[in-house]
Amino acid sequence: MTAATEFDGPDAVAAALGRTGYLADSGLASAAFLALRMGRPLFCEGEPGTGKTALAQALAEVLGAPLVRLQCHEGIDAAQALYDWDFPRQLLHLRTAEAAASASGNSLDADAVEASLYDRRFLLARPVLQALQTTPSVLLVDEVDRADDEFEAFLLEVLAENSVTIPEIGVVRAETPPLVVLTSNRTREVHDALKRRCLYLWLEHPDLAREVAILKSRMPQLSDELAQQVAQAVHRLRGLDLLKPPGVAETLDWAAALELIGARHLDLESATTTLGAVLKYREDADRARDALDALLAS
Amino acid sequence: MTSMDRGGSSDAPAPRPHAGAVLASGVVDSLTAAPDEDAVLRDLVAFTRLLRNAGVPVTPDRTATYLRALREIDVASEVATYWAGRLTLCSDPDDVARYDQAFHAWFSSDPRDQRMGRPAPPKPRTATIAALNPPSRSGEGEQDDDVPELKVAASGEEVLRDRDIAELTIGEREHLRRMLALLTPNPPRRRARRRRPGPRGEPDARRTLRATLRHAGEIPGLARRQRRERPRRVVILLDVSGSMAPYADALLRFAHVLTRRTPQAVETFTLGTRLTRVTRELRQRDPERALRDAGSAIPDWSGGTRLGEVLAAFLDRWGQRGVARRAVVVVFSDGWERGGTDLLGEQMARLARLAHTVVWVNPHAGKRGYEPVQGGIAAALPHVDRLLAGHSLATLQELTEVLADA
Repeated sequence: MTAATEFDGPDAVAAALGRTGYLADSGLASAAFLALRMGRPLFCEGEPGTGKTALAQALAEVLGAPLVRLQCHEGIDAAQALYDWDFPRQLLHLRTAEAAASASGNSLDADAVEASLYDRRFLLARPVLQALQTTPSVLLVDEVDRADDEFEAFLLEVLAENSVTIPEIGVVRAETPPLVVLTSNRTREVHDALKRRCLYLWLEHPDLAREVAILKSRMPQLSDELAQQVAQAVHRLRGLDLLKPPGVAETLDWAAALELIGARHLDLESATTTLGAVLKYREDADRARDALDALLAS
Repeated sequence: MTSMDRGGSSDAPAPRPHAGAVLASGVVDSLTAAPDEDAVLRDLVAFTRLLRNAGVPVTPDRTATYLRALREIDVASEVATYWAGRLTLCSDPDDVARYDQAFHAWFSSDPRDQRMGRPAPPKPRTATIAALNPPSRSGEGEQDDDVPELKVAASGEEVLRDRDIAELTIGEREHLRRMLALLTPNPPRRRARRRRPGPRGEPDARRTLRATLRHAGEIPGLARRQRRERPRRVVILLDVSGSMAPYADALLRFAHVLTRRTPQAVETFTLGTRLTRVTRELRQRDPERALRDAGSAIPDWSGGTRLGEVLAAFLDRWGQRGVARRAVVVVFSDGWERGGTDLLGEQMARLARLAHTVVWVNPHAGKRGYEPVQGGIAAALPHVDRLLAGHSLATLQELTEVLADA
């Protein structure tokens, strides 16, 4: 475990992230550094495939802390995010107590039974509670824009207090607050009150040199030539006015696909057969195929 | 630290007379209680004020976070200073562009840039109200004005209801506004994922157990929970080009009425030569303020239209990400497209694939002898679920009924 205070600047964070295979530019490193130092959640927005989720994973690895992931979806509520009671086991416990009482001829002490029902062992910790109980930890709240507004308000409360109140047990407070990373794809505008608590990071597609470096770092076996060609082609694809411009994840997929079919370099044939790894819309694929010659020109 | 005196000496934010690093080195001292702490602080706060004038919503607590962040980083580095501000003061990609400009202007040593960065005095925003009203009854002569003046004088609500909005007098417009404000449209609904206690549906373990406890271990009956209903998102795409000008004001008011009913579930965009999102402006309670702010936000009132291109921009930036997904999309436009209509048809097909329902409201559709033959509307029509008229109060009311059933 590396304590957050051990980093003396963004460069140190960038170096540590680099060792895990995540190449951070100065903005990203500053964001991670400030989030650690100030104890603020980090709110990442950007095109899909720019490495928002991967950032949380890399940070967890750097800190040597477990990554607790909360995937948001429509209708997510406290029972799925915070905690829930294990009802079947509680019922079973109740029946056992009852049976034991009738066997011994005693009457059931209602208060004692109720107290034993709301015991920690019947508590199912969901991601947020898990993160608060685990020290240190990284809590990834993924795609928060998919949850509804009420959930945001609830999240706000947890992030501000770093504690959760369970009526039957009491307050669960984190010894050291977890590092929280929120991601959003901007399908909906997240409420300003939530953003205000966070550091805001807008992620863009990496530039050519960085993308080549990412390819090389994730797939060391890739030849320099192929890495350069793939990154170049993806960059040109992003300029093509597509429905869904490829992200870094697609670049990596494409390189992996090319490697699997044994391509030494990116040519018309290998590009056509593996285009499905980068472009996920028929219209995009058609448009790219028409422009393939220009895309591959070095 | 002598150079620090200048920035803070005046109350109004003055452009920095020196580069960022000098200022930055002052920050550290200021935060560790240096003599001219006030001056440096005021200087930084002045920068955040410049940002606010540039349109970034900087609040006092954001400023406080900014100052805290500066304490953590090496402020002599321009890159680190840049990022500290960008991370703490921005909350939107649009903010980032504004921040870049303001940062460059404020911390640049080039005096020309600094002049650019001087915060503009707050703009008087009332001037644009005039633009909201259509130009003074232009083209009155060519309209077949078959409603005689006498009848108008005697007209009550019933007559006004069916009148073409474009042909109303100023007084009647005033009346129409009040009547629009009285509309209480029901939003379309969808089934939500979240459940609530109800008589039908799946068993609710939590409530069943609680009831069981109350009955000393005996299960009194299964409690159930069922799905809730939520308002379905409505996306309004309002054409504000010249040909739609007589209707734009009333339609924007209509959008405001819808927005006020379910603020979180209505998104409004205007289409002209460019795409403008006016949702935030329309969420204000007071219709006049909402309309005025929306009016100032729209840069292309009564300009031309590039429907296809602007629709593509909407789908790229918002629609496909989620705004249009499973939403009821209402397009207010006469479908007047300069140039080719291929792009419009293509984009409408894309929109139809994403949306739950697409309703096209064309003010001209209510006129006698109207046929949807213009290039734009003809290209769009195959991908539209309903084509409605929207030229009068009565037709707008009809639209609210269609929306409630969608």
